[in-house]
Amino acid sequence: MMEPFPRLRSVAVPFARDNIDTDQILPARFLHLARDADHGACLFRDLRYHADGSEVEDFPLNRPAWRAGRIALGGENFACGSSRENAVWAMHGHGFRAVIAPSFGDIFAQNGLKNGLLPVRLPAETVAMMIAQAEAMPEGEVTVDLEAQTVTAADGTIHPFEVDPFARKCLLEGIDEMSFTLSHHEDIAAFERRLGRENF
Amino acid sequence: MNPEPRTMFEKVWDRHRVLEREDGQTLLYVDRHLLHDGTAPAFEMLKARGQKMRAPGRTFATPDHYMPTDTRIAAEIPDPALREMVLSLERNAAAEGFALYGLDDPRQGIVHVVGPELGLSQPGMIIVCGDSHTSTHGALGALAFGIGMTEVAHVLATQCLWQRKPKTMRIAIEGALGAGVTAKDVILHVIATIGTAGATGHVIEYAGSAVRGLSMEGRLTLCNMTIEAGARAGMVAPDETTFAFLEGRENVPTGAAWDAAVARWRSLASDPGAVFDRFVELDAATIAPTVTWGTSPQEAVAVDSRVPDPAAAPSPGRRAEMEEMLAYMGLSPGQLLAEVAVDRVFIGSCTNGRIEDLRAAAGVARGRQVAEGVTAWVVPGSAQVKRQAEAEGLDRIFREAGFAWREAGCSMCLGTNGEIGRPGERIASTSNRNFRGRQGPGVRTHLMNPAMAAAAAVTGRITDVRRLMEAG
Ligand code: SF4
Repeated sequence: MMEPFPRLRSVAVPFARDNIDTDQILPARFLHLARDADHGACLFRDLRYHADGSEVEDFPLNRPAWRAGRIALGGENFACGSSRENAVWAMHGHGFRAVIAPSFGDIFAQNGLKNGLLPVRLPAETVAMMIAQAEAMPEGEVTVDLEAQTVTAADGTIHPFEVDPFARKCLLEGIDEMSFTLSHHEDIAAFERRLGRENF
Repeated sequence: MNPEPRTMFEKVWDRHRVLEREDGQTLLYVDRHLLHDGTAPAFEMLKARGQKMRAPGRTFATPDHYMPTDTRIAAEIPDPALREMVLSLERNAAAEGFALYGLDDPRQGIVHVVGPELGLSQPGMIIVCGDSHTSTHGALGALAFGIGMTEVAHVLATQCLWQRKPKTMRIAIEGALGAGVTAKDVILHVIATIGTAGATGHVIEYAGSAVRGLSMEGRLTLCNMTIEAGARAGMVAPDETTFAFLEGRENVPTGAAWDAAVARWRSLASDPGAVFDRFVELDAATIAPTVTWGTSPQEAVAVDSRVPDPAAAPSPGRRAEMEEMLAYMGLSPGQLLAEVAVDRVFIGSCTNGRIEDLRAAAGVARGRQVAEGVTAWVVPGSAQVKRQAEAEGLDRIFREAGFAWREAGCSMCLGTNGEIGRPGERIASTSNRNFRGRQGPGVRTHLMNPAMAAAAAVTGRITDVRRLMEAG
């Protein structure tokens, strides 16, 4: 059901704040939008546009070099707060396929893996360095190679990252978890029979 | 040989393991799946695959997020997109055959208020819901956590969920809470102490004499905001308070089955010697009525303190962050918090919309008047809470004091039903999140407990409720 995860090469768009919450990434008033609606247009809506609809000039998504970025850089605890998967849909809908940050809100990271938005954890110093590079050299490109599990920063330095092997396989092959679980129907049925007996 | 001592979390986890995957993730069986009116996309995902629900009998739903709290008639929702959210839940319930406590049902309410209230949430269960504050139900000794929409679809189809085993953290709060200090203050204090990422990747078990001494309502508040500390879930070991709360509720066993259940629930507490990955101890006596000044729940201080000064920040990054928050909040460093005027007051939400919360707020409102120019709302957490409050005459106290008395729902906690503040307005709120724009674009939120919110309503400013209590 998912598109296979590509080898990514793109400018990196820095959101250089700690604790950016999902209420900022996708404000609550867009939560009722259908899954196939244009969530990307609502990404960071209230930080990206003034109340009159004009663009906030220096917000990263409005900087000419970064408009088509597919890789985001974030601070500590990126996308904490509400469990809204819509925040992932907004990042993905805008074109992002990976977010590199020192740490993530738990549910966001899980949601990302299930929707083709790869959360990449790198040490805080490395992310800070990459953010500094992006600001100094907005056109500099970063590569995220999921197969090799490495990030190549704009300065050419290579940084390995960890990813859950199953999620990696699902992302690379475009398989979704539900099909896998459904193939274990019998195990679930056996558990349910036991559950009935134990009565809990 | 004795088996290894286990934590309560481990006991619940072990009991729900269906199978393990080579990467170390565990397929867990879900006892209760709670749904609200924001779940439509998960049903779309299910439909797109031609899949039916596996266990509708384990699934319970109620509309809360999108329903305005001035009417109970879905057809009266003016915004068609919001109306559709409520109606689609009704259609899905009819098509799939799960229980729905709809708008005309006396059991309707915020999903996290309704679950415990109906005895759907029980000790030892695994409970999930597509909403981060599912952690609330852990107050009963369940393992309860919020999941994303794709995961909701996965649970609908398989009644199971893949999870990597989280770490455990024990937060012991010892001693007695001071006058006017509630569970809300305890959890704000915990979050201010460990930070919003302080418990990321962990399940918290709350323990200690101050936690044991909390009512069930208080424990629900405590576990509710556990997510604001970054944790997946919070738990409190079931005890006499838990059993007394559950006994006689709609979905709870009776007779011999009740006795057997209680015996089983007693064995859930962490074994002596069980090992936690982390341990935090706090002194209850140091906790004051607490209020937030910034745009993250961790920016919380005692109500009698001053707005912190960014100049004293430990790092330039933190300084910039604090300056940004103060600019958004319209506050100056050094200003006394208890002088800050409010425009609106919101008493409600799954954090503080239960009967005990309304009693505490009514205690302050009784015989007083909402200050000139302040709009104050009381939104019960459920239809049942509303009836109970009316039976006790609390609605009359609120109305006479000038509060609006509304129907049950999430309302201004999130504002997805259209109930939001105007840009620049300052709200004293008993909800759980004070992020920028959470209660409407440009709106400034101060989180606090229900009595404090009522105090803010009658004085027109953030107020140390202990002052009003002395005044009587
Ligand atoms: S009251 Fe607020 S936090 Fe609770 S379920 Fe509703 S929107 Fe979520």
